[in-house]
Formats: sequence, C-alpha cells, structure tokens
Amino acid sequence: MRVDNNRFPRLPWIILGLGILFLAIGSYIGLFVAPPEALMGQVQRIMYVHVPTAWNALLAMTFAFVCAVIFLFKSDWKWDARMEAAIEVGVVLAFLLCCQGAIWAKPTWGVWWDWDPRLTTTAVLLFAFLGILALRKFVDDPARRAIWSAVATIIAYVDVPIVYYSVRWWNSLHQLQSSPSTVSRQFWLPLRMNAFGILFLMTAFIMLRARVASMRLEQELVPPPVGESV
Amino acid sequence: MLTAALRKELLLQWRSRAQFMAVFVFGAAALLLFSFAVGPVAELLRQFSAGFLWLGLLLSSTLTLAESFHAEMENRAMEGLLLLPANPRALYYGKAIANWLQLTLLGIALIPVMVVLYDAGTTRIPMLILVIALGAAGLSAPGTLYAAMTAQVRSKQTLLPLLLFPLIVPALLASVKATSLIILGDPMNQVRSWIVLLASFDAIYWSLCGLLFEKVVEE
Repeated sequence: MRVDNNRFPRLPWIILGLGILFLAIGSYIGLFVAPPEALMGQVQRIMYVHVPTAWNALLAMTFAFVCAVIFLFKSDWKWDARMEAAIEVGVVLAFLLCCQGAIWAKPTWGVWWDWDPRLTTTAVLLFAFLGILALRKFVDDPARRAIWSAVATIIAYVDVPIVYYSVRWWNSLHQLQSSPSTVSRQFWLPLRMNAFGILFLMTAFIMLRARVASMRLEQELVPPPVGESV
Repeated sequence: MLTAALRKELLLQWRSRAQFMAVFVFGAAALLLFSFAVGPVAELLRQFSAGFLWLGLLLSSTLTLAESFHAEMENRAMEGLLLLPANPRALYYGKAIANWLQLTLLGIALIPVMVVLYDAGTTRIPMLILVIALGAAGLSAPGTLYAAMTAQVRSKQTLLPLLLFPLIVPALLASVKATSLIILGDPMNQVRSWIVLLASFDAIYWSLCGLLFEKVVEE
C-alpha cells in the first residue's frame, strides 16, 4: 500500500532554504537595525521570534486539527501522517514559545512564569498534544492509532478557546498581543520577515516529517505474506 | 436502549461497591496528605480547601475511570456489546452517566472529610452539591471516552491522566473557584458565572464525546 506524501520531493528543501534565509534577514534587522523599544529596551527584541513562534504554533495545531477531521471523514492514510507531523512540530513550537516567554518575562515582569491566559493556554496545549504523542507511541495497531489520535486531537483543539477564556476570567496580566498593526513601522519589517521565516520552516518540517511518517505507515500496512503460518 | 445500558452499568457498580469504598478511602487519604503540604495553619487550609477537594476528587476519578472498561475488556465482551443491535452512543452515555453518578457520590462523600480536616463548613449545601455534580460531569464525559481508548492499551494507568488532565483544566478551574466562593463567602455573587462556565463545558463535551465514541470503538 502506498501512502503518498512525496509528490514534490524537492519542494520541502526549497521551502526550508527560504525559511532560513527569511529568518536570518529578519533576525539581523531585528537585532541590529531596528531601534530598541522605549520602555523595555533591548529585551523587547525577543518579540521578533516570540510573536511569530506563537502564530505558527497555533497554525501547526490548527493544521493538525484539520488533518484529524479529514482523516475521520475520508480515512486516507496520508492525512494521518500529516497529522502526526503537524502535532510534533506544533509541540516543538509550543515548547519554544514557553521558553522564549520565560526568558522575556524574567527581566520584564520579574518572574519566569505567570498565570496569564495565553501562557496557561500554551502550557495546557503543550501538555495536551504531548499526551496525544504518547498515545500514538503506545498503540501498535495503525488503524486504531490513527482514529484515536484524531479523536484526541479534535477534543484537545476544541478545548483551546475554553481554556483561554476560563483562565482569562480567572487572572490576567499579559500585555495585548503584538501584531504588525499594533507596533510601529520600524518594528514591523523584522516581525513580518520572521513570521514568514518560521512559517516556511514549519511547513518544510511538517512536509519532511509527514514523509517519514508515511514511509513507516507503508511498512506497517504491508499485508502479511501469503502462505506463511502465524 | 440507554436505560438498559445504564441499568447494566449501575448493576456492575453496585456489585463492585468494595471498589467504590477503596477509592473513597484513597480520596480521603489524599485530602489528609494535602494538609501536610501546607502545614497545620487552620486559616491557610481553609483557604485552599476547595482546591484540595477537587484535586482529591480528580486523583480518585482516574482510578474509577481507568477501571470503568475493565469488565468489557475481559473475554472480548466489548465486541459482543457492539454486535448487539444497539447504538454505540447508548453504550457511551450509559457508561458516562454511571461514571458521573459515581463521581458525584464520591465528591459528596468527601465533603465531610474536607469540613473536618480543613474547617471548611458552609450552609449552602445544595449549591455545593450542584457544583460537585457539574464538575463530576465535566470529568466523566471526556474521562469515559479516553478510558475506552486507554483500556485497550499498555500502561493505561499512565496514559489516562496524561490525556485527561490538560483537557479538564477549565472544568477544574471553574469547579475550584465556585466551591471556594461557596465556602469562603461570595460578596460579589460571582458563583453563578462560574457555574454557567462549568455547565457550558459539560454541554460541549457531553455532546462532542458522544459523537466521537462511535469512531473510537468501531473495528
């Protein structure tokens, strides 16, 4: 059985190259060209990777949710491979997001962690998707693994807005999200460059990882050889 | 259909009532241990009592939920159940309602333990029971679905809490907040909004998990 996630064998490498290029240029402008921010000073420069990481982490998880829904309806294996890839990349990005946030929060707020809605939601999301990866590791039957992790992905993704709003009622301190429209023009270019840089990196990683997952699935789905006693 | 499924679950639970007692003792022991984390300061214990009650209930719930598909896993009984001309959804709701009743009962049984240990009494008992029932519903809907998956997997004791705990954060948060307001006094009358949040969480997960259960058990 073929699980085809390899229609454009060279495409992920091109996207990967583009991502590295964008990230390098964006970070250079962010670190050396853009002026320091008035209140937070140099610490603010972490925004150029932090905010793009946040967008892309959410995007990766959203893609995993879409893959899960499509898999449940169409039972096409390549969506299972893509979901596995998207969850893994999303977990990595969410973990990086927590680390960057802690590095920024210590000099700014004076603490590593705070029980703010976005932080808490990211942490909950990270643990929820780590749990799904663990589930995938423990189930050997590929059909069950695919269906169960798709179900768990849908449930975890639906939870995100509920967690966000419940924590928001409970406690809030985080400053409002930065986006190109809320920051001045000098900060705008590196933010955008890095957003696309990380977007390209994420896309390339998901494509490459989905390819690996497809190859493993192909092996697992091979029918047992005929005539051999079990 | 649903009543038949529910009847079967309740009968099973009644016959294994020793297990309920064991889980209750586990929960009470957890409540006892939590007080050592704070030290013998009555005022602090009273302040944290709602959180301790819910953590105790949450830890105990993983025991009951992990066991809830135990009977179905023996002698491939699950396959037999699915062969019946019954909707798998009825099986799910039967089990989820039975789990919900058991957890509610467990929560109510833990109240006196909390009152004695943490001096956290209240006169708004019906309100407290309502919060416990809603919170237990929030645990049992996704808990039953995940139990159906993890029952068939190696190391289910690890996997069930790993999947369940991050998910029920909103339900836990709302339950703790509401319980705490009931015990410590509620001058701004905020309890109602937390109950609404809890009820909406329940509504979402009771419908979503019922829809997805069919996928989980189909072969």
